[in-house]
Amino acid sequence: MFKIVKKQVLAPSVFLFEVEAPRVANAAKPGQFVIVRARDHGERIPLTIADYNKELGTVTIVVQELGVSTKLICNAEVGDFYVDVVGPLGNPSEFLHLDDSTLKSQRFLFVAGGVGAAPIYPQVKYLYGKGASVDVILGARNTELLILKEEIKKTCNNLYVATDDGSEGHKGLVTDVLNYLITSNGKIYDNVVTIGPMVMMKFVALCTKKYGIKTIASLNTLMVDGTGMCGACRVSVGGVTKFTCVDGPEFDAHLVDFDEAMCRLNMYKTEEGKKLKEEEEKNHQCRIGRYA
Amino acid sequence: MADAKSRVAAKEQAPELRVKNFKEVAMGYNEEEAIAEASRCLECKNPRCVAACPVSVKIPQFIKHVKDADFLGAAQVIHEDSSLPAICGRVCPQESQCEGSCIRGIKGQPIAIGKLERFVADWSREKGLIVNKTTVSNNKKVAVVGSGPAGLSCASDLAKFGYNVTVFEALHVPGGVLEYGIPEFRLPKSIVNYEISNLEKMGVVFEPDVVIGRTISVDDLMAKEGYCAVFIGSGAGLPKFMHIAGENLNGVVSANEFLTRVNLMRAFDSDYDTPVYVGKNVVVVGGGNVAMDAARCAVRLGAKVTVVYRRSEKELPARREEVVHAQQEGIAFQYLSNPVQIIGNAKGWVEGIECVKMELVPSKDGGRNSVVEIPNSNFNVSCDMVIMALGTSPNPLISSTTPGLKVEKWGGISLSDPSGETYRKGVFAGGDAVTGAATVILAMSAGRKAAKAIDEYLKGISCN
Ligand SMILES: Cc1cc2nc3c(=O)[nH]c(=O)nc-3n(C[C@H](O)[C@H](O)[C@H](O)COP(=O)(O)OP(=O)(O)OC[C@H]3O[C@@H](n4cnc5c(N)ncnc54)[C@H](O)[C@@H]3O)c2cc1C
Ligand code: FES
Repeated sequence: MFKIVKKQVLAPSVFLFEVEAPRVANAAKPGQFVIVRARDHGERIPLTIADYNKELGTVTIVVQELGVSTKLICNAEVGDFYVDVVGPLGNPSEFLHLDDSTLKSQRFLFVAGGVGAAPIYPQVKYLYGKGASVDVILGARNTELLILKEEIKKTCNNLYVATDDGSEGHKGLVTDVLNYLITSNGKIYDNVVTIGPMVMMKFVALCTKKYGIKTIASLNTLMVDGTGMCGACRVSVGGVTKFTCVDGPEFDAHLVDFDEAMCRLNMYKTEEGKKLKEEEEKNHQCRIGRYA
Repeated sequence: MADAKSRVAAKEQAPELRVKNFKEVAMGYNEEEAIAEASRCLECKNPRCVAACPVSVKIPQFIKHVKDADFLGAAQVIHEDSSLPAICGRVCPQESQCEGSCIRGIKGQPIAIGKLERFVADWSREKGLIVNKTTVSNNKKVAVVGSGPAGLSCASDLAKFGYNVTVFEALHVPGGVLEYGIPEFRLPKSIVNYEISNLEKMGVVFEPDVVIGRTISVDDLMAKEGYCAVFIGSGAGLPKFMHIAGENLNGVVSANEFLTRVNLMRAFDSDYDTPVYVGKNVVVVGGGNVAMDAARCAVRLGAKVTVVYRRSEKELPARREEVVHAQQEGIAFQYLSNPVQIIGNAKGWVEGIECVKMELVPSKDGGRNSVVEIPNSNFNVSCDMVIMALGTSPNPLISSTTPGLKVEKWGGISLSDPSGETYRKGVFAGGDAVTGAATVILAMSAGRKAAKAIDEYLKGISCN
């Protein structure tokens, strides 16, 4: 059992949780993820580690309500327990291998969409702290859904914002900003790291390929065990099948077959949707019962 | 009563009923039936069944006790050599072990040794009669990694020797393949849970949600947490794929994924949140127990199932009983066929599988027949789901994070001594992690052997 010690609303239906999981906190490194089960009959849901505190033995996750299972995770309150928090899973970010003097000369650009802002935050903080040059593009549907903006702003050189509806920053896509920075603004980057919706990462990868900039994407595939046992998380990278949970989650974005990955991600969409509907119907009936 | 040539039939759920539920298929003997079956035993002086049992259970002795209606006596005999009889009685490949060499089998049916073992184990469990002795603790800590049959039996013996044992398990429930792989209708989870709660009563501590090599390393278990020795029973969990075109289409899954969703996550029960996709026409590729289990789960979830296997019926590696049960449940078998590619539709979902016909070629040295493709014999089977049950290999997570451990080319942990010692001092291993995918009984016996070796090792050193 893993106790929730902090809950914060970051945006409508996006929550941050700090959970007591001392073993996970002790071993966690940027880039890794955990698998969370909210309750006994719950599904195993992979979530990127957004931060961790080794002294307090806590890990931070950021969750968006999407289906039944993420809803259960989001409904938990401070003092409640998740039945399982397993991790840290996957490989730590590649740049952790770089020594400090190399990092000082590196120019990073992070491109994050939606809740992808959460997992980039510890990486941005780490690199900026080591003296690397770090720019960040945050994208969201609207200004309300931009998360961790102030926190990230404090730990990077330049922050750029793009929203679909133009309610903040550039009206349009993160790739518009990316193109602008490179072609019109004369920016040069050695590395791009992108985390967010699969379709966004696909277009970021296409864009940076054009400019020949090394790009890393952190993939949020379907998973069951997270330890290499089932293959639900498989992706094609450079024509070879990889398991995201043990070979990733970070891959060379220019080699990932995003179309296949998007297709696979939707495999259970209908199933999840069905389940949510059933649940709502159940609740609905309950209420009828209660008020009758 | 049966004539001496044929065995006493054990009751089973009728096929048309059982394809609609996940309850156990074989119902087992009652006392009269068990005694009648036991009475067929010839009590051979040089019992071939014992020689063919991987752990040499004293079979004629326990059967004699059954014959005399002394079931507790029978249970005690079995327990000397097997720590998981209720499980082995249900899942051992008896036809190629004890029953396969029973003299009775030459002119008739062999004694139903597995069913008798199961009867005795169930009887003593239901009566609560096998009580494991608790031993005074010697205050030495031993870590067991993995809670499959290897880990459970190692933990059990270590606890009996007096060690403080903690079992670390990556998944959220203990049991290994017994829990996530073998379905409820073949091995009720209540039996696995009973074994686990017995260990807990003996003082064994289970820590789920710990992935050794990620959450904590073997090194840190020993250096920082004070474990004097470590047993690795992490199994062979990595699913193999064929590396053919179309394998990443939607609707193509490993048997491990399908079985995990169904058995561990209970996707068949609407009270649980995990979804599972089940096609209307399912092709299962493979011929082992895993393939049979996947096929039979799919049938129970409403699918029409075809098993595609490279060789012929005779070579099916699955337990005979599972094959018979699968056939009774309406599963079709397409023998001597091998997939060459999986065909998808415009939406990225599987809609068929292309296979090629195969031919058996007798091997020159009398070993297993080999198979070759028959050129230009390709044909398509239409389906909306493909389950790959091609076998598994050991997960590299532990071997790649434990300095000093040696592995075989195919990933199995190398032993420096058959007792279970590895090349890393204080670290022992056994079960599928060492042998590759094998059987419950072999994993159990490896776990017990290693427990003995660990005891020998720790007697000679001071630790803590
Ligand atoms: C579907 C299926 C059906 C089968 N049917 C039969 C049958 O009928 N008869 C038979 O005899 N055999 C059968 N087998 C084979 C048999 O189940 C195995 O040989 C046996 O379970 C191996 O036992 P084990 O203890 O070595 O490993 P496992 O049972 O695989 O247990 C290993 C455990 O270790 C855990 N683990 C792995 N890595 C780590 C880590 N890094 N940290 C912590 N924990 C870890 C795993 O999660 C797992 O729980 C079947 C196998 C399958 C998959
Ligand atoms: S999630 Fe099961 S193998 Fe990756």
